[in-house]
Amino acid sequence: MEAITSRIGRGQVLLADGAIGSLLMTRGLPRGAAPESLNLEHPEILEEIARLYLEAGAEIIQTNTFGASPLKLANYGLDGQAVAINENAVRAVRRAVGEQAYLSASCGPSGRILQPYGDTETEKMFASFQMQMQALIQAGADIICIETMSDVNEAQLAIQAARSVSTSIPVMATMTFEATARGFFTIMGVTIEKACRELEKAGADFIGSNCGNGSLQMVAIAKEFRKFTSLPLLIQANAGVPELRSGQVYYPETPEYMAAMCRELIGAGVAVIGGCCGTTPDHIRAMRKMVDEEMQQRQGIPDN
Amino acid sequence: MKILKQIAQCLESGDDAGVPPLVRQALTEGIVPKTILDDGLIAGMNTVGEKFRVHEIFLPDVLLAAKAMYAGMDVLKPLLLSAGVSSRGRVVIGSVQGDLHDIGKNLVGIMLKGAGFEVIDLGNDVTAEKFVAAAKNNDACVIGMSALLTTTMPVMKEVVDLLKKESLSGTIKTIIGGAPVSQNYAGEIGADAYGYDCAQAVAGVKKLAAAVQ
Repeated sequence: MEAITSRIGRGQVLLADGAIGSLLMTRGLPRGAAPESLNLEHPEILEEIARLYLEAGAEIIQTNTFGASPLKLANYGLDGQAVAINENAVRAVRRAVGEQAYLSASCGPSGRILQPYGDTETEKMFASFQMQMQALIQAGADIICIETMSDVNEAQLAIQAARSVSTSIPVMATMTFEATARGFFTIMGVTIEKACRELEKAGADFIGSNCGNGSLQMVAIAKEFRKFTSLPLLIQANAGVPELRSGQVYYPETPEYMAAMCRELIGAGVAVIGGCCGTTPDHIRAMRKMVDEEMQQRQGIPDN
Repeated sequence: MKILKQIAQCLESGDDAGVPPLVRQALTEGIVPKTILDDGLIAGMNTVGEKFRVHEIFLPDVLLAAKAMYAGMDVLKPLLLSAGVSSRGRVVIGSVQGDLHDIGKNLVGIMLKGAGFEVIDLGNDVTAEKFVAAAKNNDACVIGMSALLTTTMPVMKEVVDLLKKESLSGTIKTIIGGAPVSQNYAGEIGADAYGYDCAQAVAGVKKLAAAVQ
């Protein structure tokens, strides 16, 4: 398979997958349980979800390891099984996608706050990320995807942890921003300009944003990123801000709407587009069609 | 009362080493502990909460201010106890789900402690059963719940329903808050109160606790 960086270098836009968590819940994950516990008990569910996204047209398929760093797993008493949880997740996706898609290993925040603001030492957090990265990379991940970060120091530790295991594996790093009257900030007060500088400095190959408040805001965030970095951009928006309708969670953005926003993101220079909370295989399917149309236009091939 | 303003400002800047000496100075000036707490520490923390809400400051600033608040409280606590300022009651708080974003809940916890409540913080990913069991075991008068994601809001209704089922609605009151929550939602699920921000949440808990006792 051609290296992802080489495809981006040729001006291609790649499509990643959508949400995992919401699909897990509809498949019986009890509320309050660690989504990653399924990696041990029911890896076949992860395989099924990976296959759904592959069939929908995603070329980058994510593992169910967002909360699988030992520090985070410790909340559920699962830290002792961190290696198996990460390895199983990679293997499940590999069984589903083979070499038809890039296998992207997800790594979310530790859930802890670094000193001096919180109680966690830098070394401890680094060691936790390193253990996760080691397991993910050894099990055969093609890409590391560090995501939903608020603290740029924590994001840097995760990037460095991945780099300490492999100097060659492509590393993506995204942060989650809120719109304020003074521009975009993470909850820890990180601006997009600072994110660009610090993520690049730590060794990320792709940077960008995920989660947040819907696609429209992501277009603005992507444009802001483009001002401060020449690295390829990665954007994974939520399907809008969730609402509760007669007791059911409802994400307002339709596949058609997100596909239209996908075109805007391509226009803003984004190289990798996927979905975060609330996105489904249907969203990815609609986005696939849009990416294909845009790529055909870009190559000057008539659309027939 | 210039010293009280200084305490508030010192706390707002997150200077946990600076607050205790100022609190001691206020005491030597003859200001009573309760006033130092209310008009110094809590006043400062209120400003911090408000600035955080409007994104003027961010989480690191809030965390440092909270440390400074606790440093000041450590000086005042023994004096408040010996002065017979008794506990206003016990409050169980928790987020129905979340991690970093549980700052809203943490802030409310800090302010409740400042207001004289004993706070039992159950942390994150708290189930309805856990909330109710903790309230019963600790003889709490109020359960405060925070939700950050719409997906987890139904837990709040489960708590209200569980209290009803166990005939505890009269002795254990509920208050809810968090970004996706509203007064309307509180009404819809039958929660006793809604806190739009920290100050409102603390005022709400005070009212509920007074009604129960």
